[in-house]
Amino acid sequence: MMRRRQLVLAPAAALLCRPAHATPATLQAAIEAFTGGAPLREGRIRLDVSTLVENGNTVPVSLSLDGAGGSGTSDAVRRMALFTERNPRPDVAVFEFGPLAGAPRVATRMRLATSQTLVAVAQMVDGSFWQHRVQVIVTLAACVEGG
Amino acid sequence: MARAILTVPAKARVGEVVEVRALIQHPMETGYRSDAAGQRLPSDLVRRVECRFDGELVLAGELHAAIAANPYLAFALRVPHNGTLSVTWQGDRGFTHTESARIDVT
Repeated sequence: MMRRRQLVLAPAAALLCRPAHATPATLQAAIEAFTGGAPLREGRIRLDVSTLVENGNTVPVSLSLDGAGGSGTSDAVRRMALFTERNPRPDVAVFEFGPLAGAPRVATRMRLATSQTLVAVAQMVDGSFWQHRVQVIVTLAACVEGG
Repeated sequence: MARAILTVPAKARVGEVVEVRALIQHPMETGYRSDAAGQRLPSDLVRRVECRFDGELVLAGELHAAIAANPYLAFALRVPHNGTLSVTWQGDRGFTHTESARIDVT
């Protein structure tokens, strides 16, 4: 439940946080900077995130390989990246897996400025690129940008 | 000095895959926000994190402003032998912090 103080502050926060956000074009540019323009196919990578986010300031996200039986080997993947459509910038993080990675997965916490699409991209050792897109709805946006 | 927490089991079998969790205290100021006086707050970000076991790479991350404050990472390590796991965070304003943990194989 919202307390009274939060009710009073919520409209002010909405004004302050109005984002000059990334666009589908800048998202596409960021993804192409990661892939080098290589073709992007659906599948292999899996992005786990709650599709209804209450608090955009800290949103758990997890990237993993959607291999046979749900567990691919870590030497199949070289890098994983995460992008957003409508945060101020499209880049979230890029992870590189080393020889001692025990499994092809990584979890972190991110900010979401508004309801939008998230894109996870994996670069495999064979040079192929795979993506998984997830749409999320955010009820309280992260204050990533001032007014 | 920043505070960091690195969680790994102290003992593992040779070749065992263990869970690593790393958390560091850091504001991850985006550089897009203004303070009460309307002054733009300069960005203050952790830009890179590297996790190595006795020098060999486990996971490296390039982080941006969309990562939440107090960056958290969870991932898997394959323990090859006795050794030390170290996580190094580097960021703006010369920020650097290393946290280490010893793992013994049984």
